[in-house]
Amino acid sequence: MIESLLIVALCFLVLSILAAVYRLIKGPSIPDRVQALDNIGVNIIAAIAIISIFMRTSAFFSVMLLLGILSFIGTIAFARFLERGKVIESDRNE
Amino acid sequence: MKKPNDIILRAVTNVAVVIILTFAVYLFFAGHHNPGGGFIGGLAFAAALTLLFLTYDINSIRANFPFDFKVLTAVGVLIAVLTGVGGILFDQPFLFQAFDYFDLPIFGKTELATAVLFDIGVALAVIGTAMVIIMTISEDR
Repeated sequence: MIESLLIVALCFLVLSILAAVYRLIKGPSIPDRVQALDNIGVNIIAAIAIISIFMRTSAFFSVMLLLGILSFIGTIAFARFLERGKVIESDRNE
Repeated sequence: MKKPNDIILRAVTNVAVVIILTFAVYLFFAGHHNPGGGFIGGLAFAAALTLLFLTYDINSIRANFPFDFKVLTAVGVLIAVLTGVGGILFDQPFLFQAFDYFDLPIFGKTELATAVLFDIGVALAVIGTAMVIIMTISEDR
């Protein structure tokens, strides 16, 4: 019972990732693409959680934490680039 | 140009950097028996430093972190090679490692391995390389 539920949830997550990939390729503006990338990262984290329930292992937990950190930093870097045209400033107060 | 006021980003970063650095140290020490190790621990550490660079600016971070990252890379590779050579001094093959169990005051019975010293070198080399790459591509032309 629970395994078929997990498989259905995985299928919907894959559909969601495919929709985000469509937005990533087609997206008219760059902020759409950034949002789609962040959405794909969150969906991948959810899919890894479901897979680790499915396999009854805790070996993937650090992978989930690392993916969350990396997608967070990537989204912040893209937002900085869109807002100021420069990712890392050499002096903030100039 | 008006001065940006990103207080939410700064507040989140001040908490998240502590978590990421703790996670980097955990990954570094988990590498002996579980997924982890010097390479990915160094990459997580470099991710925390990148988040600090993104939130603040290079000069104020460098004032608190006064290492030359190129020198850090060289020191890391040197540590890794020297721990490999250390096996030869004891009539063992290159990169030989030894481990034993000790009774430490707080941790109890702990396994201490010489591979951790090699991993320290790898982590320093990875941190130095990643930060040199990031700071090079962020420079003004």
